Amino acid sequence: MKQFIANKTSKTNQYLIVIGLIFGISAICYFLSGFIGYKVTAFVLFVTVSIIAMLFDIFPVLLSALLSALIWDFFFIPPHFTLHVGSTEDMIMLLMYFVIASVNAVLTYKIRQIAKVAREEEEKANAVKLYNILFNSLSHELRTPISTIIGAADNLLNDKNKISENNKRELIYEISQASLRLNKQVENLLNMSRLESGIIKSKKDWCDVHELVHSVINQLDDVLKKHKVKATFSDNLPLFKLDFGLMQQVLNNLISNAATYTPDGSTILIHAGIKKGNSIETFVLNIEDNGTGFPENETEKVFEKFYRLKDSKTGGTGLGLSIVRGFVEAHNGLVTLSNLPTGGARFTIEIPTETSYINNQKNE
Amino acid sequence: MNSGEILVIDDEVQIRKLLEITLQSNDFVVKEAGTGKEGLQMAANHSPDLIILDLGLPDESGHSILKKLREWYTKSIIILSVQSSEEDIVTALDNGANDYLIKPFRTGELLARIRSSLRHNSSEEDNSIIDCDDLQLDLIARTVKKNNEIIKLTGTEYTLLSLFAKNEGKVLTHQYLLKQVWGPVHITESQYLRVYIAQLRKKIENDPNRPTHLITESGVGYRFVGKN
Repeated sequence: MKQFIANKTSKTNQYLIVIGLIFGISAICYFLSGFIGYKVTAFVLFVTVSIIAMLFDIFPVLLSALLSALIWDFFFIPPHFTLHVGSTEDMIMLLMYFVIASVNAVLTYKIRQIAKVAREEEEKANAVKLYNILFNSLSHELRTPISTIIGAADNLLNDKNKISENNKRELIYEISQASLRLNKQVENLLNMSRLESGIIKSKKDWCDVHELVHSVINQLDDVLKKHKVKATFSDNLPLFKLDFGLMQQVLNNLISNAATYTPDGSTILIHAGIKKGNSIETFVLNIEDNGTGFPENETEKVFEKFYRLKDSKTGGTGLGLSIVRGFVEAHNGLVTLSNLPTGGARFTIEIPTETSYINNQKNE
Repeated sequence: MNSGEILVIDDEVQIRKLLEITLQSNDFVVKEAGTGKEGLQMAANHSPDLIILDLGLPDESGHSILKKLREWYTKSIIILSVQSSEEDIVTALDNGANDYLIKPFRTGELLARIRSSLRHNSSEEDNSIIDCDDLQLDLIARTVKKNNEIIKLTGTEYTLLSLFAKNEGKVLTHQYLLKQVWGPVHITESQYLRVYIAQLRKKIENDPNRPTHLITESGVGYRFVGKN
C-alpha cells in the first residue's frame, strides 16, 4: 500500500499533496491556537511529517520537514509573522524540530528501501521454487522415456545373441512406447510456449461439433480401451465457428485426463449443447466422469501451469489443463471444473460464438 | 522387384537414413539429397517416380523448391512438415503437392501415402467405374452403389463424392473443394462443405461417427480413402 502510493503518484502530484497537507494541518492548528500552545503544534506537525515519510518519496518528505519548520517559525513561534525567533529556547527547539523531522524522514525512507529489497528477494525465491518444480517434473517426464530409449537401444546394439527374440521384440516395443510419450510431452511444451508467447490466435471456421467430438474419441481409441465413453448432442445443434484444431486439443486433453485419472471401467460422458443469449449464442460442452472428483479447494488451481494434485500418480507435467484453459481463452471462452453430487468431476466449456443453422434446413 | 524410384530431399541425416531403410525394405530404389539445390539437380537427372520433400531445408525453403519442381515435374510429391503448421501444409497442397506427412510420422502411414500417390501416377486414364471396397461409383450412369445397392444422392452430394473418388487417397483442401463444387464465389462458405460432408457420411459410411472413407484432415481438408 505504501509502495503503491509512492509508485502510482507522479512526482509533481506528490509535492502538491505534501504542500497541501502541511498547509492544511497548519491552518487547523492556527485556528485552534487559542486552545493549544505552539509547542503542541510542533508535535502535530511532526506527526504529519512522519506520516508523509511513510507514504512518499524522500524529496517531498524533506520538503515537508523544511516547510513545516518554516511555517511553525513564521506563524506560531512568538513573535508571530516573522522568521525572527524571540528566545534562545525557541531557537534550539526550532533547530531540533528541523533536525529530528529530517532524520525521521531519512530513516523511514531507508526502512522502506530495505523492505522493498526483502520483498523482491522473496519474489525471486518464489520464482526459483516454481522453476524447481517445473524442472523436476519436466526432467522426470522427459528423462524417463529417454532413458528407456537409450537403455533399450544399447541392449539391442550390444547384443551378442544373448537376448531372446521375445525380449528383443519387447525392447523394441518399449522404445516405441517411450517415443510416443516423449512426443506427447514435447507437443505439450510446444503448445505451452505458443500460448506463453501469445502467438496463438484462434482461426475460427464453421465446425460440425459431432465431427469434432467423434474425431477426438476416435483418436483416443487406445487410451479409452478400458473406459465407457458416451457422447450426446442437443437436438438441432447448429454449426459453430470454432478453431477445429485447437478444440481437438482441448477435448483430447480433457478426455485423456479423465481416462488417466479414473479407474478402469469408469464412464466418461460428453455432452455438446447450446446456450441462447439475447444477441449471441454460446457453445457449451460438458465432460463428466464418475471417478472420485477433485478436492473441493483445488478446483481452481488445477488450471494453473505445472499444478499437480497432491498424491497424484506419476506421469504428467501439469501442463494439460493449463493448455485447455489457454486454448479456450483464445476463443474468448471459459472453462470451469466442478464436482458432481454423485461423485466424479465435470469440466464445462462455454464459448460465445457465431452459429449457422443451414445444417438443419431441408436440403435441395 | 523394384516398386519405383523415390527421391528424398531432407537435410536431416537421421531422417534420410530412416527413410532409406524403410523404403529399401519395401523394394523401392532410394536416392537422397541433403539440400534443395542438390534435390532439384537429382530430380532433373533421375526423374524419380515420387519425391519426398522436407519443407524446412537449409538453403532454400521447401515451398520454393516445390514451385520450381512443379514447373516441369508431373509425378507425385509428398511433403514432410513439422506439427502445428496447417497453413504451411495448405500452401504446399495448393502449390501442387500431392500429400503431406507430419513429423514424427508412423512408417505404416508413410507407406500408405506413397502407394496411394504412386497409384495416381499410373492411373491417369479415365475409368468410368471406380471401385472402393463396399462403394462403387459409375461415372457415366452417375450412380453410386453401396454393398451393391443403389444409394440416393442429391446432385451436389454426387458431385462432391465423385470429386473425392477421382482423387482417391489424396487430401483435398477446403478451398479446393468449395471452388470445385460450389464455384469460386463460395470459396469462404465452408458451412456448406460441413453440412454436405455430414450428409454424405450418413449415406456412405457404415458408422458416420467413425468414418472409414471420408477422413477429416484437421485444419486442412478431407481425404477420401477407397481401399484400406
